[in-house]
Amino acid sequence: MRDLFYDLVRRNGMAVSIYLMLAVSLWVFILIILPQLTMLDYSFRFNLPPAKIGGPEDVYTLEQYRYFFQGSGASDGFNALDIGILFKTLLAAVFVTVFDLIICYPVAFVLAKSSTGAKARLLVLALIVPYWINEILRAFAFRILFGATGVINETGMGLGLWDTPIDFIRQDVALYAGLAYAYILLMIFPLYNAIESLDRNQIEAARDMGASWWQVHAKVVIPYAKPGIASGMTMVFMLTSGALAAPQILGGPSNLWFTQLVYQWFNSGGNWPRGSAYAMVLLIVCIALVLLVMRLFKVSIGEIKQ
Amino acid sequence: MTKEVSLEHVWVEFGEFTAVHKANLNIAGGEFFSFLGPSGCGKTTLLRCISGFQEPTRGKVKIGGQDMRGVGPNKRPTALIFQNLALFPLRSIADNIAFPLEVRGVDKKTRRKRADELLELIALPGQGDKKVSELSGGQKQRVAIARALAVEPDILLLDEPLSALDLKLRQHMRTELRAIQKQVGLTFIYITHDQGEALTMSDRIAVMNKGKIEQIGDGKAIYDHPTTSFVASFVGENNVLEATVLSNDGKAMQVDAGLGTPFTVENHPAGGPALAPGDACHLFVRPEALRLSKDESAINQFSTNFVTEEFEGNMRHIVMNANGKDLKLSLINDGTNAIDANAPVKLDFAPEMGIALKPGELASA
Repeated sequence: MRDLFYDLVRRNGMAVSIYLMLAVSLWVFILIILPQLTMLDYSFRFNLPPAKIGGPEDVYTLEQYRYFFQGSGASDGFNALDIGILFKTLLAAVFVTVFDLIICYPVAFVLAKSSTGAKARLLVLALIVPYWINEILRAFAFRILFGATGVINETGMGLGLWDTPIDFIRQDVALYAGLAYAYILLMIFPLYNAIESLDRNQIEAARDMGASWWQVHAKVVIPYAKPGIASGMTMVFMLTSGALAAPQILGGPSNLWFTQLVYQWFNSGGNWPRGSAYAMVLLIVCIALVLLVMRLFKVSIGEIKQ
Repeated sequence: MTKEVSLEHVWVEFGEFTAVHKANLNIAGGEFFSFLGPSGCGKTTLLRCISGFQEPTRGKVKIGGQDMRGVGPNKRPTALIFQNLALFPLRSIADNIAFPLEVRGVDKKTRRKRADELLELIALPGQGDKKVSELSGGQKQRVAIARALAVEPDILLLDEPLSALDLKLRQHMRTELRAIQKQVGLTFIYITHDQGEALTMSDRIAVMNKGKIEQIGDGKAIYDHPTTSFVASFVGENNVLEATVLSNDGKAMQVDAGLGTPFTVENHPAGGPALAPGDACHLFVRPEALRLSKDESAINQFSTNFVTEEFEGNMRHIVMNANGKDLKLSLINDGTNAIDANAPVKLDFAPEMGIALKPGELASA
C-alpha cells in the first residue's frame, strides 16, 4: 500500500495522488464494502416490523439461512425447491459461460490475429453498437424474435422445417440465447487482449514444426490465453448467475432463476433479511465455484489481472 | 537426408508492390547458402516462400525436385528459425525441443529421449527442465536450433537468428552454427543483412536489392569481383569515383576519374559486363587496396591531402581528400605507414584491385 502510494506520487505528484487515493477508497468503501456489510448484517436478523427494530427481539440469528436449507417445515426438512433453483441457475450459468467461450474464441482470435487497422476497428464497432440499446429492450426484442409468431418461427415454418410454432420461451431457448448474448463482449475483450499479445511468430513456428491448426490452438494459443479465458469466464459466469432482467422477461413461466427468488423476497415478500441471506448464499456459492474451477485449471488470481 | 532447393522464376507481388522479382537459383543439398541484403530487399519474403508461409505469385519453389505449390508449412521438409526465435515461454526447454514430435504424436518417453540427445548436441546437457526465461541469449539460440532439428528436417531456414545477440556472442555463434551445419550436414538457408555473417559462414551468397538478386557467388567472388555497383558498395567498404572509360582492350581499361593521369583497371572474367570507350562508369577501390606510394613512378598514382584518422589498434582508418573527393584508406598499423598531415600524400592502387562497373544504384551507407 505504501509502495503503491509512493509510486503514484512519483508519477503524478502529491495532489493528484491524494485525490486518487481518497476517491478510490471512498468509492470502494461507500459503494461496495458498506452496502455489502449492511446486507450481511441484515441476513443475520429476523424480519421484524419497523416498531420492533432496535427492540429486545432484534437479535442476531441464523434463521434466514436455516430457511434456505430446511424450508418452513420441521427442523429436519430440506428446502428442495430453493436449493434446486440455485443449482439449476448455476448449471445454466455454466452452460451459458461455456457457450459464450465457444462462440467468442474464434471471434477474438480473428480480431486479434487476422484483422488489422480499419477492418479491426469496424469489427469492434459492430460488436459494441448493439450494446447501445438498453438491456430490457434487447430482452423484449429477443422475446419477439423467439415468440410464437416471431421471425424465427415464421421463417422456420415458411421454409417447411416445422409446422407448428415451437415454444422457444417455455423451452428456455430464448432465455439462454438472451443471456449468452448479454455478456458476449465481456468474454470477447479479455480473450482478445490475451491473444493479441501473443507473438505471431509463435503461431507460425508451431505451424512450421508440423502442428495442424487444431494443435496450434490447443498447444500454443489457448495455454497462452488461459488468464484471459479465466477472466472472461469469471465475468460472464458471475453476471449471468446474477442476471435478473433476462430471466424475468425471457424465462419460461415454470422456470425461476435464483435472482428472481431473491427479488421476490425483497420485493413482493417484503422480507429483506431473507432476501439478503439468499443473495449472500448466491454470492458465496458463485465465488467458491469460480475459485474451485480456477484451482482445477491452475490459474492464479494474479494472472487474471494482467 | 539433404535436399536441394530450386527457385524457378519466382515472383511475389503484394498488390502494386513487387517484393521478389524473378528469383532464379539452385541451392545444392548440404550447402550453407545466404541471402544478403538491406532490410526490405525481399530476402525474408523469399524465405517465407521456401518455408510455405507465402505462395509465390508466379514461378515455382521446388524442394528435392518436387513442386511445393499448395503444400502448407506444416507439411514441408523445412524448419524455420525465427528472428526472435519464437520459443514457447510456457513450456520447459525439453518440451520446446520436443514440440515438433509432440504434434506428430510421438510418445512422451521417446520425446524426452530425443530432447536429451539434442540438448547434448547443443552443449546444454541436463537443462531440459529449465524454463525458457532462465536461459541466456546464446542458450536460447541453441535451443531454437535444437527444436528445429528435432524432426530431422532436410532444410533449415534461418531468419537473421543472430541479430538479437551482442557482438561477442554473435561472432561465437557464427562459428558454432557453421560447426552444427557441418555436423548434421543439412542444407542451411540463411537470411542476413550482416555481410560479416554471410561472408564467414556461407558456401555461397545471393546479394539482393529491391526484390532482385544482384549476384550469386561465394564470399570471395562477391567481395573481390562484384558485378553490380550495388554489390560493390553494399558488401564491405568501398570508395566510389565517377569516371569515364577512355579505352578497353579486353584485358584492361583506361578510365578517367578526374584525378590526374587516367587509371589502368584490369578486366576480370568473373567481373561485371564489359564497358566500351566513352561509357560512364563507377570506379570502386577498396580502402585496403589503396596504399601509400613508395615509388614515384608507381602506376595509378594520385595526390591527396590528409583529412582525419580513426585509430582502431591493429588498423588505421584514414580519410584522405583527392581533388575534393574524400577517400577511405585502411592501413595496417605496422609502424611503416607514417603520413604527413601537412603535405600532399601520393596514393596508388594495383590495376587488378580497381573495379569499373556500369553506374547503378549504390547502397546507402
